[in-house]
Amino acid sequence: MSDSQETKGMHALTIRLQDEMFALEATNVREILDPVPITRVPNAGDFVGGLINVRGSVVPLADLRVSFGMDRPPPDADTRIVVMEIDLDGEPLVAGILADKVYDVTDITAASIEDAPRVGMRWPAEFVRGIGRRDNDFVIIPDMNRIIRAEGDRNSSLASNERTDR
Amino acid sequence: MSDLDPAEVFRQEAADLIETLEQALLDLEKRPDDSELVGLAFRALHTLKGSGAMFGFNAVSEFIHEFETAFDRVRKGEAVADRRLIAAALDARDHVAQLIDDPDVDPARGAAILAALKVAVSGEAPVIAPSRPDAAVDGAGPGGVAPAGWHVRFRLPADALTLGTNPLLLLDELRELGPCEIVANVDDVPPLDRIEPEQCYLAWDVTLRAEVPQEAVDDVFLFVRDDMDLAIQPLALETAEAQQPATSKSPATHPAAPALAPDRRNEIAQVGPLQAAALPSAERAPAGKPAERASPARVERNATLRVPAERLDELMDRVGELVIAQARLSQLAEAIHDPALVNVAEEIERLTASLRDTTMGTRMVPIGSLFGRFRRLVHDLSEDLGKSINFVTEGEDTELDKTVIEQLADPLVHLIRNSIDHGIENPDRRAETGKSAAGTLRLAASHRGAEVAITISDDGAGLNGERIRRRAEEAGLIAPGQPVSEAELNRMIFQPGFSTAAQVTSLSGRGVGMDVVKRTIDGLRGSIDVDTRPGKGTTMTLRLPLTLAIIDGLLVRVGEDRYTIPLAAVEECLELPVGVDGDARGRSFLNVRGELVPFLKLRQVFDTQGNPDPFQKVVVVASDSMRVGLVVDQIIGNNQTVIKQLSRLHSGLKTFSGATILGDGTVALILDVMHLVAFGQKLEERRRAETLGRAA
Repeated sequence: MSDSQETKGMHALTIRLQDEMFALEATNVREILDPVPITRVPNAGDFVGGLINVRGSVVPLADLRVSFGMDRPPPDADTRIVVMEIDLDGEPLVAGILADKVYDVTDITAASIEDAPRVGMRWPAEFVRGIGRRDNDFVIIPDMNRIIRAEGDRNSSLASNERTDR
Repeated sequence: MSDLDPAEVFRQEAADLIETLEQALLDLEKRPDDSELVGLAFRALHTLKGSGAMFGFNAVSEFIHEFETAFDRVRKGEAVADRRLIAAALDARDHVAQLIDDPDVDPARGAAILAALKVAVSGEAPVIAPSRPDAAVDGAGPGGVAPAGWHVRFRLPADALTLGTNPLLLLDELRELGPCEIVANVDDVPPLDRIEPEQCYLAWDVTLRAEVPQEAVDDVFLFVRDDMDLAIQPLALETAEAQQPATSKSPATHPAAPALAPDRRNEIAQVGPLQAAALPSAERAPAGKPAERASPARVERNATLRVPAERLDELMDRVGELVIAQARLSQLAEAIHDPALVNVAEEIERLTASLRDTTMGTRMVPIGSLFGRFRRLVHDLSEDLGKSINFVTEGEDTELDKTVIEQLADPLVHLIRNSIDHGIENPDRRAETGKSAAGTLRLAASHRGAEVAITISDDGAGLNGERIRRRAEEAGLIAPGQPVSEAELNRMIFQPGFSTAAQVTSLSGRGVGMDVVKRTIDGLRGSIDVDTRPGKGTTMTLRLPLTLAIIDGLLVRVGEDRYTIPLAAVEECLELPVGVDGDARGRSFLNVRGELVPFLKLRQVFDTQGNPDPFQKVVVVASDSMRVGLVVDQIIGNNQTVIKQLSRLHSGLKTFSGATILGDGTVALILDVMHLVAFGQKLEERRRAETLGRAA
């Protein structure tokens, strides 16, 4: 799957997480929200530790900074929530992605996308689908599917501990 | 309705009819002499045939025609509905269901089933004939009474044309039976200026000269009979007034003839009973049929309405949104302090609540509809395994959300199969242990608070703890010799790949099933319990939430967070007495009117930051059979809670049954009391273990 994506290039929404620029698949983005009240979900882990109300539906809020081991300062004036529809094993999952700042929508050409280097990265290589280039900056293309699945699994394995047999 | 695919409409209708047919057949096995049941089955068949043909399911209607012909012998009392016949008829019923799904199904199979059915029907005829002399005297049955033919007079209700009845088709059908003389009666046609073009003013006199049974004529009018005037007279009767009895074959009908004045003949209500009284008993059922058919059918048609399930779901969603909007309005009204606005807000709150209840009511289905399906399963299994089983159902009128009921079907099938296959012993074994030869399988449903409990109990051998342990050790689920409590051992049967059946049967024992059961029930946010006594039997208890849509909730605050507790689980609210408030390790019990109630501090369970409120509150909830106090910072009040399922990212968190949106637009989690208590107990144990570890 990642092959075809790379050869096609990407219509991307660029966001900032801490000091890094990330590219999200723009076609999967539903809307971008100003920060809304977040309901904490106890015992759910930091990655999906919150729920938000998006037009009457309850949507989990994912914090990619947790997956990439970044600092997590509280929301400020630039903070936004990107609501995305992610296809997970054939079922659509709507989730909010916390962004420290949202830049713009841009095309990243196939030629400029490279595989994630095996070494020299601070974050888990399996969460990075590729590194794109924009002007003179690097843009990280996260593998949303893999991240969600890994974190979701972690959460449900955590939950199976929690699922105390009476 | 116009946007529905007609074939789909037929399928839905057919599903109901097939169900009716099956229930009637199964009942008939127990009460073979019940002519009402025979009539019920026959009518279901006939309607199926008619609408099958109407919607172009020709294979279906042709097959049913043969089915019906064979079954007709039962109706006429020429065959008895014994086990063999019922079995054949059930096979035929299955074939019909198959044909509806796929009209191209192997015709040879259909032919074989029909052949078996015919044998079953005819095989009994000679046995029964001597015991029913009147049937034997009749010879060809009702047909023998009317050798020359029938005189049929009928008048359709005025609105028949509007409702889609075409008199021409009825006349054509009569013509198919034999040569007819048809005279239209135009007496009631009004002058031209008063004619309503869509009304039916005509009546018809038909003289049918063919030796056909009365049912054949009856059947022409089967679908319009309820509202019309219809009189069917044997032709012999017409001549009887003028002549001597033409034949000696129909002596019974003649005494009735003088009583039937020609002008009253088109009133079926009078003709029916007279005929029934006069004819031999074998004919009574068919003659009484019209009245009996009319009443249930008409009541049903007025009382129920078919609505696509998605539309109900949509309605529920809208009501959910309305409830949330209403909560916002109430909050606003309170903040603004305008008495007029508060009035309106309260009015709307009341209306919303009743609209919610009504909407939820439309989604509630009595569980009996599900239980009915299992009768066939039990019947077939007991045949296959040579075990005799009494199947008892209780609490069929217990209502559950439609979606829950649908998803329950498969798990219950597995559990019932298991009980019959593994639980109930074969008759020999039962005799050795001094039990009655027939095993009992009990399926019961009842309301318990906000939950519905469904129990499946058998009086079989019970679970074999030894064998479960051995199997669990083999499968590597537990270490050899590892101490395991009995309850834990019993729960092993829900592990994937677990099966103790020494021999794999076609029914169960393949090690799939019980884990599927567990997963499905978990998915419905329910639970399953096993209670077994060796030699006495096993009881499985399923607990399920009443609904997956909207509940009444009690809103509480813990630290900064707000949570909703299902109100049905709440027993009372108290203030936490001051002395108990400290870090009461090892003695977190409250004395509630002399009863010890353990409590859980939600601040601890949820790892809440900040300082607790000075006066903590306790919400006492009922979980299973025990009462548990939940300690919170503040009790805000009750609210209508629209349950939103949590996404897959949080589906593993069993302490929450979902989330809801509050009046101010924020999200609040809904506590799953039972799982929460279990989680709290585990936390407690872990803490105690840590304390012990530190002490050691």
